[in-house]
Amino acid sequence: MADLKDKLENQIESSKANEPAENEEYSLSDDRRVKVLSPGQLVAKRFFRNRLAVTGMVVLIIMFLFSYLGGIISPYRQDQKFYRTDYQSKDYAGVIHNEEYRYTVADKDLFKSSVQAQALMNIIKENDKFDYNGVSYTLEKLADELYTVSSGGKIVGIASKELVTPSTTDKLSFDFTLNAYRAKAEKKDSFEADGISFKIDQDGIITAADGTEIAYISSYIVRAVMGDVFFSREYKEELIAAVESGADSFEYKDENGETFDYKLQYDAANKLWNVKQTKETKIFDTYSAPSKEHWLGTDRNGMDMLTRLMYGGRVSLMIGFIVVLIEGLLGVILGGIAGYFGGWVDGLIMRMVDVFYCIPSLPLFIILGAAMDAAGVPSMLRMVYLMLILGFLGWAGVARLVRGQILSLREQEFMTATEASGIAPSRRIFKHLIPNVMPQLIVFLTMSLGSTIIMEATLSFLGLGVRFPFASWGNIINDVNDTFVLTNYWFIWIPAGVLLLLTVLAFNIVGDGLRDAFDPKMKR
Amino acid sequence: MRKYIIKRLLQSIVILFFVAFIVYVLMRCLPTSYIEAIAREKSMQPGSKSYEEWMAQLSVTYGMDGSILSGFIKWVFSYLKGDFGDSWKWTVPVITKFQDTVWISFVMGFIAFIIELIIAIPLGIIAATKQYSKADYTISVIALAGISLPTFFFASLLKLLFSVKLGWFDLFGLVGRNYDQLSAFGQIMDKANHLVLPIITLVVVSMGSLMRYTRTNMLEVLNADYIRTARAKGLSEKKVIYHHAFRNTLIPIVTIVGGSLPGLFAGALITETLYAIPGIGYASYQSMIAGDIPFSMFYLVFIAVLTLLGNLIADILYAVVDPRVRIA
Repeated sequence: MADLKDKLENQIESSKANEPAENEEYSLSDDRRVKVLSPGQLVAKRFFRNRLAVTGMVVLIIMFLFSYLGGIISPYRQDQKFYRTDYQSKDYAGVIHNEEYRYTVADKDLFKSSVQAQALMNIIKENDKFDYNGVSYTLEKLADELYTVSSGGKIVGIASKELVTPSTTDKLSFDFTLNAYRAKAEKKDSFEADGISFKIDQDGIITAADGTEIAYISSYIVRAVMGDVFFSREYKEELIAAVESGADSFEYKDENGETFDYKLQYDAANKLWNVKQTKETKIFDTYSAPSKEHWLGTDRNGMDMLTRLMYGGRVSLMIGFIVVLIEGLLGVILGGIAGYFGGWVDGLIMRMVDVFYCIPSLPLFIILGAAMDAAGVPSMLRMVYLMLILGFLGWAGVARLVRGQILSLREQEFMTATEASGIAPSRRIFKHLIPNVMPQLIVFLTMSLGSTIIMEATLSFLGLGVRFPFASWGNIINDVNDTFVLTNYWFIWIPAGVLLLLTVLAFNIVGDGLRDAFDPKMKR
Repeated sequence: MRKYIIKRLLQSIVILFFVAFIVYVLMRCLPTSYIEAIAREKSMQPGSKSYEEWMAQLSVTYGMDGSILSGFIKWVFSYLKGDFGDSWKWTVPVITKFQDTVWISFVMGFIAFIIELIIAIPLGIIAATKQYSKADYTISVIALAGISLPTFFFASLLKLLFSVKLGWFDLFGLVGRNYDQLSAFGQIMDKANHLVLPIITLVVVSMGSLMRYTRTNMLEVLNADYIRTARAKGLSEKKVIYHHAFRNTLIPIVTIVGGSLPGLFAGALITETLYAIPGIGYASYQSMIAGDIPFSMFYLVFIAVLTLLGNLIADILYAVVDPRVRIA
């Protein structure tokens, strides 16, 4: 006892010492004598004493700033796609240097492939006559590696290592081919075939009188890999020059002024040069690693991940708040009515609550989401439906809470006082009852914000909630369904998951803190 | 007591009726994507009838013609007769598919539930007995983190760590590639191996709320007068907590545990889907996506029954465990 007395005296002394220096006297009724705190201030004081809750609050504020300010600060739009240039090399042409005799046939019956083989043998043996199957043939040498085969004074075919290739899709007549070979062999610069005159230059290029190219004679055959490609003469000359000089690449500027790189590769097995065109193409900059321009890289569509996260945060938070608002409004109104009026109204509303409590919400959302897929609901409308559905299925919990609170409050003296003073029921409910339910309601709604955000994210993750082009944290993580992304691109899904976890955790911690702060029985 | 149970059962049946009605109406109002898909496919075939004709014919075949109300009445009577219809997606009777899938879900859920109890209850009690200590804060934060953790994110993290980086488990499925070559024991071990990650996911995601519940209740009990009395008469702290307080904390815990037992049959829709475990949850997810009305309907009603049953068991247990509670 003595100890206690000492302590008390000490306390009084010390409190005296702490008193302001000027010896002001306060009267008992003076407001300044004691520091007066309103209930709200008391709650705030208790809340801010809770370090964990304050941390949660700070996290939430950061999340809001990140989502709402971040979207403004970010230099990119949420649906801005980024491109990178890529070099695509594709097969473009093949060049064959002809080293065998090829035959141009005038008479199919007299110059069959068996005769061709005989002709070849006799060319090698340097005979100028041979018989085959009772028919006699004459070989006439026009130039090196260029022979005509005739039978009975009529030319039936040509054997040559050089070839006359048409420049257009038209077929060349035998007369034209023969006269072209002759002109080339005799180094003339024009010839006549089928009654029309043509010009031929030293490179073996044959043009019509009006200057259009008809065909060319060369031991190189250039063919296109793709059917719709047409090679210009300049291109072929350039290509053949490159082949002859043994170069392995060359550049060519086409008619449109575009310069392409070509790579030459000699395929010894097939004795041909593969020509590859290297084309610069623009492709979406998908899944690029974090860099200075994109701090968290880019996503599947080549969009900036950080910006997507900011906008995704907006969507996730907004959906959370709107859903909770719907839930809260419906719950307070229905719960308030049930609790205040009691009787059959209460019974009816509470049975409704039971029914809604029993409806399995997640499966229902999945069914609705799948149905919206089938109906092809546009993304924006989907989001609205999602909020409405989540809100309308979630009010039962709020209603139950509000009703329970009101039932106990209704019996208290202050309600009897309101009744005695004749205040209208609506005013009694909304002015006197609801404010007293507020603390529990705020706690409940804060907690359900967290679970709503998780629900939305889960649905979006399954591809049934928020849809592209809108981002939400859930549908950002959706990419992880692709095992390749899960394995290789952590920056696509981990940040979104961490943000989601932090936000929900913060909502729950703040809700907890608020509950403790509102609870007057709390000792601390 | 019996009167109470009968009253509750009757109430539950009424609630169930309305739940089924709401769900049925919703299902019928939505576009039946399954029939539409088949009709579209059939009408594409050369020389086939038009889409509309196929739609009309298939609606009759699948029993989707007629008004919603008459359809619902028909549905109720066939369920009363124990005829649950045929699943469209699985092309077997709904009940067969249900029996095929429900047990794996139950096994998974049950193991997870036991582990959850073993972890959550002791931690909750420790947190309460050492209120405001570091241990309390840690446990509270862990519990909240578990509640806040999105299942799909946690599952992805586990997959990345254990399946991709360490290669201990497969990413998907219930059985491995060489399952058929294994011995009977090997097959069980293979399944067990595939269930490890789903069970970890389930435990971590769901233990938070039980932990918090235990803590809150233990705190309430510790503030009760009889605990002060126990302390005042000089009992050791150990005896006070584990003998007097713990027993009383068990009352609400047993209630909630009993109430969540039926839920074990409901399957874990998200977790099973993420790990492609062929349980009731995954099967119904696939059915729902495909627009398989009979199976989805069955699953939704089944879950509603389980919820009602859970509530009923919880309330009855409450009276059974706590003799102070009188229910009328």
